[in-house]
Amino acid sequence: MEWVQQLVNGISLGSIYALIALGYTMVYGIIKLINFAHGEIFMIGAFVGFYAISGWGLGFFPALLLAMTVCALFGVIIERVAYRRLRNATRIAALITAIGISLLIQYVVIYFRGAQPEAYPNVLSNRSFDFFGAQISSQSLMILCTSIALMILLQFIVHKTKIGKAMRAVSHDMDAARLMGINVNTTISATFAIGSALAGAAGVFFGVYYTKIEPLMGVIPGLKAFVAAVLGGIGIIPGAMVGGLLLGVVETVVSALGYSLWRDAAAFIILILILLFKPSGIFGKNAREKV
Amino acid sequence: MLKVDGIDVFYGNIHALKGVSIEVLEGEIVTLIGANGAGKSTLLKTLSGLLKPKNGSIQYENKSIAGKAAQTIVKTGISHVPEGRRVFANMTVEENLELGAYVRKDKQIQKDIQKVYETFPRLHERRKQLSGTLSGGEQQMLAMGRAIMAKPKLLLLDEPSMGLAPIMVKTIFEIIEDINKNGTTILLVEQNAHMALSVAKRGYVIETGRVVLTGSAKDLQASEEIKSAYLGG
Repeated sequence: MEWVQQLVNGISLGSIYALIALGYTMVYGIIKLINFAHGEIFMIGAFVGFYAISGWGLGFFPALLLAMTVCALFGVIIERVAYRRLRNATRIAALITAIGISLLIQYVVIYFRGAQPEAYPNVLSNRSFDFFGAQISSQSLMILCTSIALMILLQFIVHKTKIGKAMRAVSHDMDAARLMGINVNTTISATFAIGSALAGAAGVFFGVYYTKIEPLMGVIPGLKAFVAAVLGGIGIIPGAMVGGLLLGVVETVVSALGYSLWRDAAAFIILILILLFKPSGIFGKNAREKV
Repeated sequence: MLKVDGIDVFYGNIHALKGVSIEVLEGEIVTLIGANGAGKSTLLKTLSGLLKPKNGSIQYENKSIAGKAAQTIVKTGISHVPEGRRVFANMTVEENLELGAYVRKDKQIQKDIQKVYETFPRLHERRKQLSGTLSGGEQQMLAMGRAIMAKPKLLLLDEPSMGLAPIMVKTIFEIIEDINKNGTTILLVEQNAHMALSVAKRGYVIETGRVVLTGSAKDLQASEEIKSAYLGG
């Protein structure tokens, strides 16, 4: 029964990775950029949530919404200021800029508030309850349910709304999308907004789950979410979800087997294996040339 | 309807169009013929706003559209079916048609999708299929249907016959004539000069970025130069 418990823990950790991975994959899908500043947006989300809860006394859901909104704006601004002018530059130039932005955000945050960690307030009641003999924490369950709701909402936006269809069109063929009358800049901004909002939500969940946040907290989860996105197939939205969940479960299983020191290594071993044996990821097809 | 006057277009350092002037009157089918790399597609891309001219003017319904963004030009009633169809392969046939109507806000969109299905029954059969799985001819139909969904007054067609079986080429050209009869003006770029001149009213011949010859389709078909260069003797 301990296994059920570990599985639930793994899935809720995985859903946090999945939320971050979605932003990576959406941005990559539309402008072919690995946005390495994405982990920092996640960190900003965690801090906005922290200040909203402990400073202003907001509840979990208002704080979550606030963090998502701030992160959405933040993502749009980063794209507007840093990436838009590099759209026709080489991909390596944009990638280096992304790493630069990532460092900039980390150290601006440290400059203003210091590097000391912060203890996340207890905003969700954490009761354990018995589920067929397994102890499941209500916190894990809450995080899992909210993440799933956000992912369903995302699927709805991408497949059923006009902006979602525009996003898919731009990611497939930017010029053809222009010919349909789609404003490519607005569509890319919307993609950054949505991806960043999800990272902001992940930041709040992470804070609630691990109770400790600090300005460099975005680095490792950011990299792991990147692994998750590659695992599922970068640029493919369901791939990011599955990749994130899978990675969370693998990490928890590795810990549960008594190799908790190897937990972080597991993610990167997966990355190496994926790149060696199936670089296009679980859901990726081998790129076909258009005829 | 459309008056292009002395435009110069560059790809980086390459001078792709050199002082090109053409005119399209309302209701016509006008064709641009010329060899690969002559600048035909460049001209269409400049008209639809994907490229910006360095000099010269483009007047459409007496307003300048030179250098305007593509999404603005679509709204004025110019739709461009690009070379190689460029359908959204990751989306279904129906979603492609919906995207064609992206600039419209009226309630007739579903009705117009049905109209496209009447014109292209094959698309109706495949409406739930991903468009990347269609054959070349079907993709051409979809690209044209998608462009019509924007309700254009002027339709720019770039190499609609490229890579298609002769029977499919014939079907596509019949549809081009139908679209024109329903009131849409057409500017047609083709390497298949014979087919293009058989449906067009007038034509322009482009060579290395310049218009070298123009006239009625009949005159061009009869011209010795054209026969030897583009019509295979």
